[in-house]
Amino acid sequence: MNEYKAVIGLEMHCELKSNAKVFSGAKNAYDVVPNVNVSPVDLGLPGVLPTVNKECVKKALMMSLVLNCTQPEELYFDRKNYYYPDLPKGYQITQMHAPVGINGKIKIDMGDYVKEVLIHDIHLEEDSASLEHYSDASLINYNRAGVPLLELVTEPCFSSAMEAVKFLEYMTLVYKYCDVSDADTKKGQIRCDVNVSIMGKDDKVLGTKVEIKNVNSFANVYEAINYEIKRQSELKMANRYDEVLQETRRFDEESGTTKRMRSKVDAIDYKYFVEPNIPKYKISKEYLQSIKEKIPLLPLERKEKYVGELGLSVKDANIIIKNKDYANYFEECINLGIDAKVAANWLIVQILGFLNKMDISIQDFYLKPELLKQIISSLEEGKISSKQAKEIFNKSISEEKEPKNYITNDNEQISDRDKLLGVITNILENNKEQIKNYFLGKTNLFDYFVGQVMKETKGKANPSLVKVLLNEELLKYKEK
Amino acid sequence: MNKTIEELHAMLQNEEITSEELVKEALEKSHYVQKYCNAFVTIMDDAKGGKVTDSLLSGIPFGIKDNYATKGILTTGSSNTLKNYVPVFSATAILNLEKHGAIPVNKTTMDEFGMGGTGTTGHTGNVYNPWDLKRMCAGSSAGSAAAVAAGVYPFALGSDTGDSIRKPAAFTGIVGYKPTYGMISRYGLFPFASSLDHCGCLTRSVKDAAIVVDAMKGIDAKDETTWDSKDIHLYESLDGNVSNKKLFYIKEIANIDNYKEASEELREHLKNFHAKLDLLRKKGVTIDEVSFDEKLLNAIPSVYICLSCAEATSNMSNLTGIIFGERGAGDNYHDMIKDYRTHGFSSLIKRRFVIGSYILQKENQEKYFVNAQRIRRLIVDKMKELFQTYDGLILPVSVGGAPYIDGSRDYITNSETKVLEEHLQIGNFGGFPSITIPSGFINGLPVGLNITGNCYDDANVLNMAYALEEEMPYKNQIAKIKEDENERV
Repeated sequence: MNEYKAVIGLEMHCELKSNAKVFSGAKNAYDVVPNVNVSPVDLGLPGVLPTVNKECVKKALMMSLVLNCTQPEELYFDRKNYYYPDLPKGYQITQMHAPVGINGKIKIDMGDYVKEVLIHDIHLEEDSASLEHYSDASLINYNRAGVPLLELVTEPCFSSAMEAVKFLEYMTLVYKYCDVSDADTKKGQIRCDVNVSIMGKDDKVLGTKVEIKNVNSFANVYEAINYEIKRQSELKMANRYDEVLQETRRFDEESGTTKRMRSKVDAIDYKYFVEPNIPKYKISKEYLQSIKEKIPLLPLERKEKYVGELGLSVKDANIIIKNKDYANYFEECINLGIDAKVAANWLIVQILGFLNKMDISIQDFYLKPELLKQIISSLEEGKISSKQAKEIFNKSISEEKEPKNYITNDNEQISDRDKLLGVITNILENNKEQIKNYFLGKTNLFDYFVGQVMKETKGKANPSLVKVLLNEELLKYKEK
Repeated sequence: MNKTIEELHAMLQNEEITSEELVKEALEKSHYVQKYCNAFVTIMDDAKGGKVTDSLLSGIPFGIKDNYATKGILTTGSSNTLKNYVPVFSATAILNLEKHGAIPVNKTTMDEFGMGGTGTTGHTGNVYNPWDLKRMCAGSSAGSAAAVAAGVYPFALGSDTGDSIRKPAAFTGIVGYKPTYGMISRYGLFPFASSLDHCGCLTRSVKDAAIVVDAMKGIDAKDETTWDSKDIHLYESLDGNVSNKKLFYIKEIANIDNYKEASEELREHLKNFHAKLDLLRKKGVTIDEVSFDEKLLNAIPSVYICLSCAEATSNMSNLTGIIFGERGAGDNYHDMIKDYRTHGFSSLIKRRFVIGSYILQKENQEKYFVNAQRIRRLIVDKMKELFQTYDGLILPVSVGGAPYIDGSRDYITNSETKVLEEHLQIGNFGGFPSITIPSGFINGLPVGLNITGNCYDDANVLNMAYALEEEMPYKNQIAKIKEDENERV
């Protein structure tokens, strides 16, 4: 099987976040109750007309810019005509002639290497209604009808399932970073079509392309691609490559295989033509520039900065960029003057640990960076021990009170040299026998003395200072 | 009800008559006209008079073509597919008129979804011409034309994709006006071919048309093809002063020498047309004969068929009986849709859908659809070039008066007069403001002429029509129905 290489292309559909649907005023929101976010336009009632949601156009253009695409001079839409119960108008408004972006590229971190993925186009369109099939009936839910959808089409430039999934994961992250989508696969906000072909290692001509429609999770994308590569390779090895047909298949989750839907011959002629009810809009350079200025630093760029400039480990940087809100939290800490490694450590160990345990998002997390700074500063100034710091961290969160409330003088570490010396000499005076044993080789008694000091000071003694002073004082006994 | 809007308004304000009385009269007249002309899908017998304000239209009854969505009132598009469809919202144009206080009293019969020019394809049957019940009104705004001509009310709404307002107006001796594309919102108008569809009105005088469109028009957030016309005041712009205006007519259409087999009717019609041009010349208008590329002219009907059928096929794909309309029979959605559409549409529409689908097919698009768009563009460019010199194009409508309903199938087949029959479509290709006014009678039947001008130049176009109307005795004429029912086919 190794003598073949796979050629994979992706179509990634992503539901955009917006107040209203893309061509109607109905709310664009996920709702468990069916058919509540519906307007006459979404139902395709006779006489309705589409109106373009500019917010959606803006977001689509932002992604076009992120993907380094070429934008059209004029924005307009096309009709894709076909009959299906989930398509109220009998056509979908989409972009065929002039997508918001064509001929783009984006760098993707593949772990060991960075790959430049080529983008064929990205276009804005409306989603269909969703169907629920039962044994004797099918139900239609129009909440999704007209929801803005961005379809990203890559060139067939991936060579493995891993690359394809890394791309999808990264793009999901980019959508979230740019705040254009919640990109929640569980809510069906990301859906993929995959096309796969194989060819000999030295072949110049692409093999027969098989399309797998509507793969709804990245795990399934991974499985579907690998299954297809295996299926096609086995047929090719058995000299039965002519049985690999240019066709549309679907992924069957239960069996982990792909199944035939329709052949190329049965392909639907969508009879595309320009949507006459939406006039062409000029896209000015100034408008594009204003959108460009709102593009945040992307995850890969942030990672490079965290590792290169801030000295984080690749592992830590990867954890932080996995979530835009983590990255933003981290960067706020840096802006407040907290040391990068310290901030990363607190974020990854304490904060993420807490968030995971409580199953809440960092946005709902009480201890904002400026509050965290109160703890970190006190720790650095030696006012509190790291043990106390953790206690204050937990107390502050559970009581939702600023950490400084817990950093009272009462709690403060005893770092006063004379005060500690008094305690230490007193303890040593009362433990002559132990000192003797200590010098005879029972060195672990040192910890006993430290313990005594801590006990005496109710744990407030600065431990490192205690150790220094204890060493000095014990030396005095040795000399005696 | 044989009065102009201005006159009615004055009477209402002076309390010589009440809105309630007007509405009652319009309803009575509706039933009377329905009996002879079959002009209505719905007569709103529960319509009530309204408040009289300073608005010229307040308290005045009117008719609505049955392809304007009216909230809570049956709206069928004269199609079996929607024979029980009651919209949940009203078209913007209707809401605008209602804001001015106008009172809708009926929904008028049309060719099914506007796709026809005879007034004989609606699901409720033929519409008969009140001037001669054996004849058609043309279409598709047939019921509106019949009702206004018969004096049911001073105005009714129409829609115009090829000539659906302007030809019925000519055949019923009234005024038919479609303003510049986008001046009136199409939101709520059942679409036929979106890039060609226009809202408009049928009235008995140019001034009434100006008053009605002033009330209907306006930018609408729900229709992105509308534009801001708040600085255009059609009614106030009518002063009848047309000295130094320049019009042209197309030699290949309006010169009798082009017709080797010209009928006596056509000769009369063109003679009458040229006589009317002289009336305008007397008022200081220059009128030139201009030659227009015959290849382009001859392409008009085919271009229209290609573009309108293609858009219609797509526009009417929402008619599946799944969300609205009565569900078709079948075990699966495919059969259900097929059953609904097979039984719902008339054969004429189905033929047009087949043409439209064929034209949009991938392998045919370039040859038919894209080429039709190119020729449309060439025709519009040529017109715009001429509008640099001229204020408008003036032409006779059709070959003469309304044809017999009996002969409707063979009508518009004579190739020599094909362009004369179809040239009004130029107005739809360019979205030009275009108005038909009555220009006389031939063999006892009304005939009309049309003035078409450049986009956004509505006031100028109406003023020229207004000036000519003043010189002719046809303003506010009303057809008297010959009540011998045997006359009806």
